[in-house]
Amino acid sequence: MKRTFAILTANPLSLLGLVLVFVVVFSAVFADFIAPFPEHAGAVVDFANFNQPPKWPYIFGTDLVGRDLFTRVIYAYRISLILGIVVLAIAVPIGVSIGLVAGYLGGRTEYVLMRLTDVFLSVPPLVLAMSIMGVLQPTLANGMLAVTAMWWPWYTRLVYNITRGEKEEGYVLAAEVIGASRLHIIFREILPNCVPAIVTKMTLDMGFVILIASSLSFLGLGVQPPTPDLGSMVADGAKYLPDSWWLTIFPGLAILVAVFGFNLIGDALRDILGAEQ
Amino acid sequence: MNPLARLLAKRLATSLIVLIGVSMLIFAIARIIPGDPARIALGPNATQEQIANLRAELHLDDNIVVQYGYFIADVARGDLGISLYTNRPVTADIALYLPATLELVLVAGIMMVGIGLPLGIWSARWRGRAADNLIRLVSLLGVSAPSFVWAVILMLLFAFYLPLFPIAGRISDSYAIAPVTGFLLADTLIQGDLRAFGNAAWHVVLPAFALALSGIGQAARLTRANMVETYDKPYIEMAQSYGFPARRIANRYAFRPSLIPSLTIIGLDFAAMLGNAFLVEAIFAWPGLSRYGVAVILRKDLNAIVGTVLIISATFLLVNIIVDLLIALLNPRIRYSQRPA
Repeated sequence: MKRTFAILTANPLSLLGLVLVFVVVFSAVFADFIAPFPEHAGAVVDFANFNQPPKWPYIFGTDLVGRDLFTRVIYAYRISLILGIVVLAIAVPIGVSIGLVAGYLGGRTEYVLMRLTDVFLSVPPLVLAMSIMGVLQPTLANGMLAVTAMWWPWYTRLVYNITRGEKEEGYVLAAEVIGASRLHIIFREILPNCVPAIVTKMTLDMGFVILIASSLSFLGLGVQPPTPDLGSMVADGAKYLPDSWWLTIFPGLAILVAVFGFNLIGDALRDILGAEQ
Repeated sequence: MNPLARLLAKRLATSLIVLIGVSMLIFAIARIIPGDPARIALGPNATQEQIANLRAELHLDDNIVVQYGYFIADVARGDLGISLYTNRPVTADIALYLPATLELVLVAGIMMVGIGLPLGIWSARWRGRAADNLIRLVSLLGVSAPSFVWAVILMLLFAFYLPLFPIAGRISDSYAIAPVTGFLLADTLIQGDLRAFGNAAWHVVLPAFALALSGIGQAARLTRANMVETYDKPYIEMAQSYGFPARRIANRYAFRPSLIPSLTIIGLDFAAMLGNAFLVEAIFAWPGLSRYGVAVILRKDLNAIVGTVLIISATFLLVNIIVDLLIALLNPRIRYSQRPA
């Protein structure tokens, strides 16, 4: 752990990733203290200062009802990070368990579980999430549900492939010979060997969940106003391109910064932990 | 039997199972909808009787398994029902909008292969040097933003500040092209109108590039990663010690083994693009499935939602079968084996 961190800070690119993620997380957690106009995260109007290009004190400019964009971007980070954490906290245990069971047990269980996984993987991710959001009301909780539903199969696939290789290894055979239970073998013997790959994928996915969630809200199927959200800010601002460019560019770059940061760290972790794709 | 034919038969069979699974999944999602689709379709002024009639007509009062039975019987006849939003058959609506989306996705797919693979090869050939670091950084940036952000950035840079490309649309209004296939790039060529073809091609560049960017990054990254591993193999060392030109080693010997994993990822990215096209179309006012798809979702138009998702999934499965066959063709272990892999 200490060694991993030392390697991460030694490489300039992964160091940049750590800095970007730190900035994003820090500003989301301490948004109440950092944001110059915390009340602008809600339904506030200030028509005296509407649609202002970036200039002090509005470093990202203001939106069409005069709210500070910088404040709204920071609060949107908070929503994005919560969404990412909740989605992964639900999707990863589900996907990993199914992958372990399918890979270790094999036979009919494997066939049924993996075909089920294929069904979810056969609908383009965004389309699946969109159809779920279309049926449910567009709220934060339903957005998490929709993204979770499309996310778990990727962990199933990842863990399934590792498990199939690991179950032929000597240590698994040894555990079987001394009569260890299936549960013990799956979760205590095989699972620890999947952890590096899972951790790497989770780091990368933190960024990609933010990306997909912003895509959903860009289409109007995510968090609803007045809650600040990066995707819906870009969508609202796109109507006023190219004149009011700051309405779309800053929220768009904010997505890029967060996802890029997680990707840089994930990439470096993959090299360090030697985890498979 | 020919191993490729067997592979194709096997893939078609599993795809059919998966497609039936997808239809059940989408159907189940569409039927747990809150709110009465019949009431939404008829509007607030409908009488109780009208609503009851429409509900009966749509089989909404039956058990969900029975409803699915009706639905599958219709799908088998090529009937996806009537869209409650446009009052036209869903198949007609999709036939109208899908070609524009597919055209965009196909051009983006060509860009992904045509730009992503060479970038990956260069990066691996110059691994550790400045060119490699630059390509890796750019590829990672490409992957790190949703396509609508790239669409906005590209549009501002290359359509507005530097007016090299049109801001929106599929073709300039001055060209009247009678639809034959619905693919403008094909229709203009069929009708022998080269200027219209050029105009349509000029319109597709920016949206397709915005859509392709993350795929380009993905393809370049994966190709590089696989090739760097291959460069450590003894046969590459031998080729180097024989003094084969570096370019030939990169393009012929190091690239070939990494083509198969790259193609797999390209297939998956192609699927993602079918969904992401929705995002790019919204920015560039591209008249594809996006506006229709979002409109029917917001109006809870069941038939249209189910139909759209089903058609997109079927397209995706088809692409994956093609990719699998390509991989089999390229892989001598599969091509020459008597038993399919």
